[in-house]
Amino acid sequence: MDKMQTDILIIGGGAAGMSAAMSVAENSNLRVLIVDDNPTLGGQIWRSEMGKIKSPEAKKLIEKIEQNEIEILNKAQVFAQNDEKSLLAETPNGAVQMHFEKLILANGARERFLPFPGWTLPNVFGAGGLQALVKSGLSVENKRIVVSGTGPLLLAVAEYLKSKGAIILLISEQTSRMKLLKFGLGLWRIPKKFFEAIKLQSKLQRTVYLTNSFVIKAEGKENLEAVNIVQNGKNRRVECDFLACGFHLVPNIELALMLGCEIMDGNVLVDKFQETTLENVFCVGEPTGIGGVELSLTEGKIAGLSAIDKKEKAKELFTQKEKLQRFANALNETFSLRDELQSLPNEETIVCRCEDVTFGKIKDFNSFREAKLQARCGMGSCQGKICGSATEFLFDWKNESVRPPIFPVKLENLVD
Amino acid sequence: MLMTFDIAIIGAGIIGSACAMRLSKEGFKVVVIEANEIAGGTTSTGMGHIVVMDDSEAQFALTNYSQKLWEKLAEEMPRDCEYETCGTIWVEADDEEMAEVRRKKDFYEKRNVKTEILDEKSLREAEPNLRENLIGGLLVPNDSVVYQLCATQFFLDKAMQNGAKLLTGKRVVEILENGVRLENGDLIKANKIINAAGFWSKDLMQDLRIVKRKGHLVITERYPNFVKHQLVELGYLKSAHSNDADSVAFNVQPRMTEQVLIGSSRQFGVDDKTIDYEIAKRMIKRALEYMPKLRKLSATRVWTGFRPATPDNLPYIGQHPKLENVYLATGHEGLGITTSLGTAEILTDEIIGRDSEIDSKVYSPSRFEKKEFARE
Amino acid sequence: MKKIKLQINNESVSIQEGSTVATAIFESDAKTFRKSVSGENRFPLCGMGICFECRVTIDGVKHQRSCQILVREGMKIETDG
Repeated sequence: MDKMQTDILIIGGGAAGMSAAMSVAENSNLRVLIVDDNPTLGGQIWRSEMGKIKSPEAKKLIEKIEQNEIEILNKAQVFAQNDEKSLLAETPNGAVQMHFEKLILANGARERFLPFPGWTLPNVFGAGGLQALVKSGLSVENKRIVVSGTGPLLLAVAEYLKSKGAIILLISEQTSRMKLLKFGLGLWRIPKKFFEAIKLQSKLQRTVYLTNSFVIKAEGKENLEAVNIVQNGKNRRVECDFLACGFHLVPNIELALMLGCEIMDGNVLVDKFQETTLENVFCVGEPTGIGGVELSLTEGKIAGLSAIDKKEKAKELFTQKEKLQRFANALNETFSLRDELQSLPNEETIVCRCEDVTFGKIKDFNSFREAKLQARCGMGSCQGKICGSATEFLFDWKNESVRPPIFPVKLENLVD
Repeated sequence: MLMTFDIAIIGAGIIGSACAMRLSKEGFKVVVIEANEIAGGTTSTGMGHIVVMDDSEAQFALTNYSQKLWEKLAEEMPRDCEYETCGTIWVEADDEEMAEVRRKKDFYEKRNVKTEILDEKSLREAEPNLRENLIGGLLVPNDSVVYQLCATQFFLDKAMQNGAKLLTGKRVVEILENGVRLENGDLIKANKIINAAGFWSKDLMQDLRIVKRKGHLVITERYPNFVKHQLVELGYLKSAHSNDADSVAFNVQPRMTEQVLIGSSRQFGVDDKTIDYEIAKRMIKRALEYMPKLRKLSATRVWTGFRPATPDNLPYIGQHPKLENVYLATGHEGLGITTSLGTAEILTDEIIGRDSEIDSKVYSPSRFEKKEFARE
Repeated sequence: MKKIKLQINNESVSIQEGSTVATAIFESDAKTFRKSVSGENRFPLCGMGICFECRVTIDGVKHQRSCQILVREGMKIETDG
């Protein structure tokens, strides 16, 4: 097994991870290693398009990372802990042992998916999911697309798909107009965000944007043919080629959980210096609470400085972080899920897509563990990462027991 | 709860559930009391095999009897119980093990258990993913596998159809003369109490000799037809029953889900349920030695469990030697899934006061008082 | 931009370098990525390696997440239909 040695190990090459890496590199001579499961750096928000990063901000950061000779291990999925000071990752070339002095977790977030009738049909994608697929080459030219779910991502995705030639039939946002308005009025506190929002809206001017609205059903014989959308009790059927549907984000906390970091309200618990309840283990970005790219960058900077004991310098960023945190809190409140979404699945709707476990099979259980043991819900390849966050919303179940490997791993990589 | 039950069963694992199914069928008013969730203890962590074993007469008798009961019950088990008669192949790796194959065959033959000796070629045909140059093996075709969690639920469903009551999330903290006391202070009245709490049965009876034998298992993604029989190395018995050292043995199993279940390990004196990498690695390496093609298969989960082991590797089934109203059905070590049905049958016979089909004295907890049980 | 040649269910496909295997499958005649446990056709959902819906067999190795793997010359990909 290959062994790598570093001072600061960073898991995740998205905004938070890269920012932390640069923060260490610019303020110390310590070795930094970024490990990421994607083919290129950038994470989800800055996912590259056919290998090329488009965002100028991200490009600048990546250039800096290259100039500073920060070590990068791509296509590497961390699956287990080796000992207190080392982790194991699977790469296309086998397993790698990564030894470190300090660890910064920047695992990012995934979309929350909620089950509704028809959501397993081909061509029903996540919102960010479709964007990611298009970035890796999928053509959406002249495809009729409905974008639905909740969160600021919907607008960004719609705008992106439109720029790639898609016909955005409508955007269906579950939150209320009132909540959005209240949120919009608060945007002035973050000028940069405000301009971004204006920019997005102008490009999407002619696109129908429904609030108080959600998809209740996807239909189609083999592939998706139409969706049924409800708004204020009124139902409409919209024929489409693709549905891009995601319900905001869920933090990736599996690694933190496996290491034994304390979790609070679904987020990794950190102090002001981004240190988790485990000594020398820091956490930044979405796993500490969904907060967006700017907060991730700031948290990355703080963690980098904290990890090299430049705490005074880290403190200078606290005010900025607090401001961004307030914005994140308002955003999460704005896009919190309405209760009606809990009643979307019917008896036959699949909740666990890996094992094809239906809503009817699990609705009477008392816990995620019971559903796992008796009905195999969450026992498949994704290890409950999709249905776990769905059932958390549907039944208020907690899925906080995590065992290695946190991702499926080839047997040879467990022993070599 | 004011009503008095005939029988209170502590533990809704596969043993307690089988007892509930069987006793309720006889007309007893049964309550099953489970501290956590159904089958959530040792039952959930095991391999789910139904195997006839031969390392002692008593073990053979109980496993063989139970296996026949499973065969009969399988006719009415729903599909999600995944009962499948895949057979076991005891794989021989070297000439030394050839004599063992012979001995095993004779043993089974004398007792009317069907077996078939496989030579190198027929072993390869039966299991093409085994490595080359294995000598052969012994096929025991009637062994099966089952998804023990759903089987447990099935037993409980049958019990409840017969009027049994199930209480989950209720921990028994004390066994009394007229029933049991729960953690919340409630008393559940019952004339007879069956302690079927597996390893945890000890918590209610300090003098019970049960130790934990920790095991690790690995399950893969779905790989259709990768393995067709349960495969066990012949050295299994040697290593499995050396009572002190940590050991691993090659043991893989086809699941109806097309997943491959990989075992097995045994460790003593370990209380910690976290995964022990060193032993898990040894276990996987052992499996790779026999089936090199496992290398490229992805493991989705690794977990551990504790077998409730007794000093003589036989379960405790029957009346407690000192407490007249208390019965035991515990200490089944790694064979609880197989022997659950035989256990329920024997215990029911004893409670009703009739003879069992097999000699059940050997499992009686009265052997508690023997000298060898007294030593620490 | 350079084109990469590969095989999907024994059909030759040529696709831009830097694409993922998932993209190549979308452009091929394959009807599905995988068949679910109960036999449904499944396509990618999350696009980022979390949901495992896009699993296919690549060069004989099953259960590979096609959305996370870039195309390579001569790759042999099998889907469930």
